[in-house]
Amino acid sequence: MSLRSPLGRVLGLGSAKGGSSHWYSQRVTAVGLVILGCWFLASLALLGAGAQHAAVISWLHSPFSAVMALLLVAVTAYHAQLGLRVVFEDYIGDKGTRLVVLVALKFALVVAALIGILAVLRIAFGAQA
Amino acid sequence: MAQPERPLSPFMQYRWQYTNTLSILHRITGILLSLSFFVLVYWLAAAASGPERYASALATIGSPLVRLLLVGGLFSFSFHLLNGIRHLFWDAGYGFELPIARKTGWAAAIGAVVLTVVLWSVLGASLGGAA
Repeated sequence: MSLRSPLGRVLGLGSAKGGSSHWYSQRVTAVGLVILGCWFLASLALLGAGAQHAAVISWLHSPFSAVMALLLVAVTAYHAQLGLRVVFEDYIGDKGTRLVVLVALKFALVVAALIGILAVLRIAFGAQA
Repeated sequence: MAQPERPLSPFMQYRWQYTNTLSILHRITGILLSLSFFVLVYWLAAAASGPERYASALATIGSPLVRLLLVGGLFSFSFHLLNGIRHLFWDAGYGFELPIARKTGWAAAIGAVVLTVVLWSVLGASLGGAA
């Protein structure tokens, strides 16, 4: 999403970076996470004491739960990346260190998200408990 | 030794108040939630790896240190949720007037504590309590 006016774009004016897109994505994912976060905690409560393995498996066998869980993992990782990025940008002055940390941050969250997504898919398509 | 009056940099004279407290809390809770995300992924991966792995993962999640992180995670969820909604209203242009901002700020802080207690009483058992 770009907030640049068509005239500004033609004239080559305005920021060369993606600040408005970052800001906009942060808000859109925030709204999504209000729903997904509440859904997850409600599901966790319904899983009951100890969240037994069989209960977790049959929970994620429902297509609705599986899609919601996939969305939760993906949107949380993206929102966390956007937020932590700003924190690191604010407190790391050295540009080289900052670059390394920001790349490492993206890497860690992408890997974690993929592990989470694979886990949900394995359960969703796996054997019924 | 008399020093002449010199202007101070804004951050040197900035009074500590509820606005910056809540702003810093929003950041800290965001960082804690990011850490909790890794616990969520660990939990999902363990569930996908079968009952034995899952049982040992629950034992890890039920250990005092991780449980402490999860209590912090529940508070973080509550506060980040309520204060985040406050932020979304600001972004839409509402709630900037000082009396309203102060009220919603207090509501977010107190609401977060109440919500944490409620969530822990409901979820404490699920979060590795009976593991």
